[in-house]
Parts: sequence; C-alpha cells; structure tokens
Amino acid sequence: MTVVFWILAAVTVAGGLAAVMLKNTVHCALALTTAFAGLALLFMQLDAQFVGFAQILVYIGAVAILVVFAILLTRESEQPEKGVFSRTWLAGLAIAAAVFAVLAWAVLNSRAALPDAVGLPKPAPEVTVAQIGDALMGRYVLPLEILALLLTAAMIGAVLVAMHEKGGRK
Amino acid sequence: MTPLAGYLLVAALVFAIGLAGALTRRNAILVLIGIELMLNAANLNLVAFWRYGPHPEALTGMMFAVFSIAVAAAEAAVGLGLVIAIYRHARTADLDEINRMKG
Amino acid sequence: MRWLWLIPALPIVASGIIALLKQPRRRLSAGLAIAALSFSLLLSLAAFAHVIDTRALLLHFGFNPAVRETVDFTWLTFGTSTVQLGWVLDPLAAVMLMMVTFVGLLIFIYSVGYMAHDENYTRFFCFLSLFAGAMLGVVISNSLLLLFMCWEIVGLTSYLLIGFWYQKPSAAAAAKKAFITTRFGDVFFLLGIVWLFAQTGTLLFYNQGAGSLEPLAIGMLLQTPAKLGLSAAGAIGLLIFAGAVGKSGQLPLHVWLPDAMEGPTPVSALIHAATMVAAGVYLVARVYPLMTAGVLPGGTTTSLTVITWVGASTAVFAALIAVAQNDIKRILAYSTVSQLGYMMAGLGLGGVAVGMFHLITHAFFKALLFLGAGSVIHGSHEEQDVRNMGGIRKYMPVTFVVYAVGMLALCGVPIFFSGFWSKDAILESAHKWHAGQGPFYLLVFGALLTAFYMTRQVSYVFFGDNRGHDHPHESPRVMTAPLAILAFFAIALGVVGTPAWPWFRSFLTDTHANFGGLDSFKEPGLLTLMLLSSMVVLFGIGLGWMLYGNKSPRAEEPDALEKAIPPVWRALRDRLYVDELYGATIIAFYYWWARVADWLDRRVWGGIVAAIMWLFGLWAQLNRFIDMNFVDGAFDKGCEELSGGGGLMARVQSGRVQNYLRLLALGVVILAAILIWSSHG
Repeated sequence: MTVVFWILAAVTVAGGLAAVMLKNTVHCALALTTAFAGLALLFMQLDAQFVGFAQILVYIGAVAILVVFAILLTRESEQPEKGVFSRTWLAGLAIAAAVFAVLAWAVLNSRAALPDAVGLPKPAPEVTVAQIGDALMGRYVLPLEILALLLTAAMIGAVLVAMHEKGGRK
Repeated sequence: MTPLAGYLLVAALVFAIGLAGALTRRNAILVLIGIELMLNAANLNLVAFWRYGPHPEALTGMMFAVFSIAVAAAEAAVGLGLVIAIYRHARTADLDEINRMKG
Repeated sequence: MRWLWLIPALPIVASGIIALLKQPRRRLSAGLAIAALSFSLLLSLAAFAHVIDTRALLLHFGFNPAVRETVDFTWLTFGTSTVQLGWVLDPLAAVMLMMVTFVGLLIFIYSVGYMAHDENYTRFFCFLSLFAGAMLGVVISNSLLLLFMCWEIVGLTSYLLIGFWYQKPSAAAAAKKAFITTRFGDVFFLLGIVWLFAQTGTLLFYNQGAGSLEPLAIGMLLQTPAKLGLSAAGAIGLLIFAGAVGKSGQLPLHVWLPDAMEGPTPVSALIHAATMVAAGVYLVARVYPLMTAGVLPGGTTTSLTVITWVGASTAVFAALIAVAQNDIKRILAYSTVSQLGYMMAGLGLGGVAVGMFHLITHAFFKALLFLGAGSVIHGSHEEQDVRNMGGIRKYMPVTFVVYAVGMLALCGVPIFFSGFWSKDAILESAHKWHAGQGPFYLLVFGALLTAFYMTRQVSYVFFGDNRGHDHPHESPRVMTAPLAILAFFAIALGVVGTPAWPWFRSFLTDTHANFGGLDSFKEPGLLTLMLLSSMVVLFGIGLGWMLYGNKSPRAEEPDALEKAIPPVWRALRDRLYVDELYGATIIAFYYWWARVADWLDRRVWGGIVAAIMWLFGLWAQLNRFIDMNFVDGAFDKGCEELSGGGGLMARVQSGRVQNYLRLLALGVVILAAILIWSSHG
C-alpha cells in the first residue's frame, strides 16, 4: 500500500464526510466535488485512466454542476432551518454504521483479503483507448445503444418533470 | 492487507458515509448527494476488482464502471428535476415535511 | 228401492243451494225448498205404494205380508270390522215418510205467507229444507249410526230455527236451552249406541239376519246380563229411550219445548209439533225389538214399563201446566208435551201401531193448531197473549173453523175426529195392561185436562169481545189453504184406525186387516170404554165453557180458576217450578264448577306459568350479563388490541422517504449478515 493510496483515500473520505456533514448545502456540493476528484485519481492509480477521466468529465463536469444548480433553485430564502439533520438521525447513522461493519467484515473475511500465493503484485494491464473503443463497439454495443436510449429518455423526462405547469398554479 | 482489500475498504467507507448522509440529512438534495457517493463507491469497487481480478484484459470491470457513470448521470438529472418539481409544489425541500404517503 | 236415499237428499241439496245463493232470492229459495220437498213427497208416495203393493202380492200368495227392504253399504273399515250405513223401507218407515213430507210440504207453503214480511226469508227456507232432509234421513235410516247423525242434524236445525230471530236475547237463550237439554239425553243415546256396537258388532237394524234388531242379536243381548237386574237388551233400550226423552220432551227433559216457542210459528208447527219431537217416538218404535226383548206373553219388560210410566206422568204433568198458561203458543207447546207423553205411553202399553197411530194423527191436528195460532197471531198484528184477543171468530171465520176442527180432534171428540180413535186405542191398551191400572187413570185424567184447557183457549181467543188494539184481519189464501187440507186429514185419518177397519194397525204389525164392520164393536169392554172417554171429554169441554164461555175476561182481571184455587193456580202458572229446580241445582252447580275451574286456571296453572316465566326471565338476565361482560368484553378487548396494534404498525408508513430507505438498508444488512455468516461457518 503506497502512500499515494493513503493520501488519496484520505482526501476522498474527507470530502465525503464534509459533503454529508456541512451545514451550508453549497459547501456540501463543493465537498462532493472534492470527493469526486479524489475518486478520479484513485481510478487513475488503478490503471483505469479512461474511467478516471470519464469520472472527471461527467461527475465533476456535469453532475456536480447540476447539484449546485438544483441547490440554488431550491433555496429557502434566509429561513432558519430547524436543523440540518433529521429528528431521528441516530437511527440512520446506526444503520449506516451497521452496513459498513458488514461490508468490512465481508471484505476482511474473504479471499480478497488473503495475499496472493506468489506474493508478487499483479502486473498492470496495458489498456489503450483503441481497445476500449473496440470493446464498446464490439462486445458492449448493446448496452451502449440501450444507454443511449436511456440518456435520451432521462433527458426528456427531466425536462418534463422540471417544466413549469401549463397555465395554472405555479 | 492486500491492495484489493484496501480499495474495497475505502469503497465500503465511502458507501457507508454516503448512506449515512442519505439517511440522516433533511434536505432532499443532500440525499441525492449521498446517493451519488454510494454510486461512486460502487464504481471504485468495480474498478478495483477489474485491476486485481483474474482477467483484466476482458475490460469487463472498466466497461461496467463507465456505464455506471453514465447511468448515474442520467439518474442525477432526473432526480434533481424531481426535487425541483417537488420544491415548486411543496415550497420546501425538507424531507421531514413531505410525508403525504404515510399510512 | 235403491232410490230411497233421494228422499232426504233432495231437500238437503236444496238447502245447500239456497245457502250458496248470492243475494237474497226469496222466490227462488222458497221455490227450491218447496220443489225439493214435493219431489220427496212424490217419491214417498211411490215408496208407500210399493209397500202396499208388495203386501198385497204377499197376501195373494198366502205369505205373511211382512215387507222390509234394505240397502246397505260400507262406510268405514278399520282392521277387520266395518261400519255400515244403509236405509230401510218397511211399513213403519213408509207411513212416517208420508206424514213428514206431506205435513212438511203444507207447512212450507204456509211459511211463504207467514214469513213474507221477514227479511231473513232465504235463511229460513235454507234451514227448513235442511231440517226436512235430516228428518227424512232419520226415518229411512237402517243404521243406528246414520240415524244418530241425522238426529244430531235435526237437533242443530232446531237450534238454528228456534234462534232464528237471534237478536232477541230470549230467542237465543231458548235455542241454547233446547240444544243443551236434548244433548243431555243424547249422551245416554250415544252410550247405548256404543254398547250395542260393542255387543253385537253391527249397528245396522236389519241385515238379512245379522242386524242388531234381528232375533240372533236380540237373543244374544238377552243372555248378556247388565246391572240392576236388567239384560243388555233392556239396558241398551233404556239408554236409547233416554235420547228419546230429550228429543221428545218427556218429563225430566221437557223444559226446552215451551221455550222453543220463541221461534217462528211454522217452526213450532213443523218441528215442535209434528216431526222433530215425534222423532223420539219414532226412535222407540224403530228399536222396539230391543224394548220387547224377553217379554213373556201377557207380561211386559222393564224398558216398556219405564216408557209407559214416563209417558203417562208427562201427559198429566204437562196438561196441568197448560191449564194456567196465557200465551197461545205456550198452551199448545205444553199440549204437545202432554200428547207426546200419550204417544210414549201408547208405545209402552200397546205396541208400535198404537203409539204410531197417535203420532200420525197428532202431527196433523197439532200442526193445524199451530198454523192456526200463527194465522191468529198474524191477523192480530203479532199479539200472542190470549187475554188480549177475543171474538176472533167474527173477523177470521176460516181460521176459526179449521182451528175448531183441530181443537176437537185434539180433545178427542168422538167418532168424527181422528184424535178420538187414536187416543181411544191408547186408553184401551192402558185398560188392558197387566202391570197395573195406574197409567190408565193418569191418561183419563189427562184427557179431561186436555179438553178443559183447549176449551179455555178457544173461548179466550175466538169468543167474547175483542180485547185487542186493532181489528184483526183474515189471513191470505196461501196460509188458509194448508190449514184446510190439514183439517180435512184431521178428520179423515180416523177412518184407517177404527176397530171396524184397523188398516193402520195391520199395516204396522204385518197382518191382514179385515173389514169387520159394526160387528167389531161388539168386543167386550170396547163400547164401555168409548163411552167413558166420550163422557170425560164432554165433561171437560162443558167445565171449560162454564168457566170461560162467552165471557171476556180482561188481562188485569184474575182468571176464573185462579179465583177458585189461587195457590194451585200460581203453581201451575209458574210451570210447577221445574226450571227453577234445575236452575238451583244443576245450573248452580255448573256455575260453581266453572268458577272453581276459573280459579284453578288463573291461580294455580297461571301461577305455575308465571313462575316458569320468571325463571326464564332470570335465565335471560344471566345470559345477558354473560354476553355483555364476557363475550362482548372479550371480543371488544381483542378488537381494541388489534386496532392499537394496527395503529402502531401504521407508523411504519410514515410517508417519509428516508424512513423507507433506512428500513431497506437495515433489511439488506441483516440479509447480508446472514449470508456471510452461513457461508463463513
């Protein structure tokens, strides 16, 4: 485990924590962006450069902006909130903790936690964009097309949902 | 601990954090943020298993992660659209207030 | 002979049709009744002719002229025994048929005039027709059971007709009295029937040797002993006679007959003079073999002795009361009771022929007297008290003449009137009776009284000055014509009963009648007896005329006889207190018993029922308590718990998305934990 990994992991986790704990929702969005960045770097460290860049492009470039827009559009104007956390936040926290506990237990007790017999780190795979393109158009063409349809539908749906209602009450 | 286990643990931690946020914050948008974190944690899991799995040349894990990113983006768009629509109707994005579906 | 049943059936059918007519159809109902009875008359004539024919035939061939034809059929079968009904045609039935249909028809025609102003005309003819049919059924019946059934219908129609004007309380009471008193006699009658059936196994009178009145059965009954030294035959005979006592108004059970005068006069004439009351006499004549069973030649049986004494006492008793009555119909009613006593005595003393002859002659002249009285009442504008009448003979000459004929026949004025011959036959038998002369003296005294009270009545009504309000008027032809016909027969019937040609006696005793001419009067003692009875009658008439003659006593003045012997008069006028005796004893006992029963019913049985009800009430209360508190309580509690639990469970559906999400996550955690743990272990 390299140092880079630990630093990147720390950044990601910190960003995530900040994203869910900060009071100001815009700060939360920014913290989310930090988390996304950390994750992108982790992808690159895992020799999945394409995924890492895709992460930056899509998540940071689109989703985070979208979130910021949404926050700005749904602001209550200077009203003091009753508290950012729900009344029964302890139950939620407990459940999340339980989830983490189970996952960690699963991981640590599985084969993934066992070191390889040889002891050698696995060699990094040589992945080129051409290979990815081939895969997309070859093996994964059907999911690609369906994804295209999905994106179209999502776009239309989002527009419809967020559209102003005709005439009527606003 | 093996590298894979390390990545998996980090992913699990981020997932749990995301879940905690989704379950405890009042604001609907913050629930969506939490969901985005969870999805990202899952992506990390996928990529980690691709890297340290038996057949990295099949590119399965990476492809999966790419598709996941795309779908997550679409879902985020629709979800935020919904939140905006609800906000227009209920004048608030506070989830404790929006309980018209109770039994 | 198989058509004989039509004789009673036709009037009954006519009665049924009249009952079903929708509106009061006066002429149709009267027409139906009269037509039906006319047909019955024709059929009776045919039957009578048939009997005479058969007798002549038998005599021609030198046989004993005994005619008896029966038709029997089975009515009920139970097990091996059967109940048979049937009808019989013999001389006794034939003469009775003739009399009933003929007198009945005349009275029907009379009623058309008498009841013309009554609004219940149709109902009258319906009941009258039913009565005629039932009476004819009694006459032709060959089975004691069929006779009893028709007997009861006769009693029913008597009740209906006595109480015809039921709105009058006295009429309703009289009808009840008649029915109950005759019913009392009928109880014994029924006992006799049951006993006879039990002993002989059959209720048919004549059944080719197997009937209950035929020698085989009579012999068996004689052998069987009963209580009080009687044989079964005698006991059954007396029980049947008890029924006749009720129906024919003999001494203890005579009380209903005078009260029965509440009915319309044609009813009194037909039912309580000519026919129904004669049914008792006819019954005794029918079962005569039972009465004479075991008789020794020259002697008599217990049954016959009882019949004779009852008859003779009734004759005198009723005649005494008749002397002091003031209602025209009541005098005739007591006269009827008295004459019925004569008939019974005649049966007991001289046999069927003697008694039946007086029955037939009496039917005619008593019907005549009643219808004449009806004519007088009708003409005097419904006046019935003789003290308010008088001098009617000037205003109603036809009525006077026929009434006089009837009166003389009843008194027994010699030679020309049938009553003389029939009463004389009875006196002759009484004189010859071996068991004593007591009845003879009683009957002679009764004849004296009869003459006396009839003269009294005729003087009051027809002679003297008119003491009524309006002038009386003669009755219409439809009423006087039947009177004339009856008067004719009151005279003419005597011809068949004289010793010179005793056709009637021979007809009924299945012998041959020889026309003896005046020689037959030479029989020793006969002329003396005739002379004696004539003198008694003339003495009675003379005494009556002397006391009442052409005088016109007003209602307020005391009667002539009353002035002479006041206490006797009062006793006689108050009917010798028989009704009062019954009232004080039997009826008082009955009321007391009814009160006891009422008390028992209300207090004792009612108390038990109330107690049971109270127990039920308690039980119901207990049930209610358990139901409300335990059953309902438990159920309600359960429902509350369910409801509460549901309320609790409903909180899961908070409507808040984050809660749903939490539950989802929790579920996943648990499942995953289980999965890992199971694979790990």
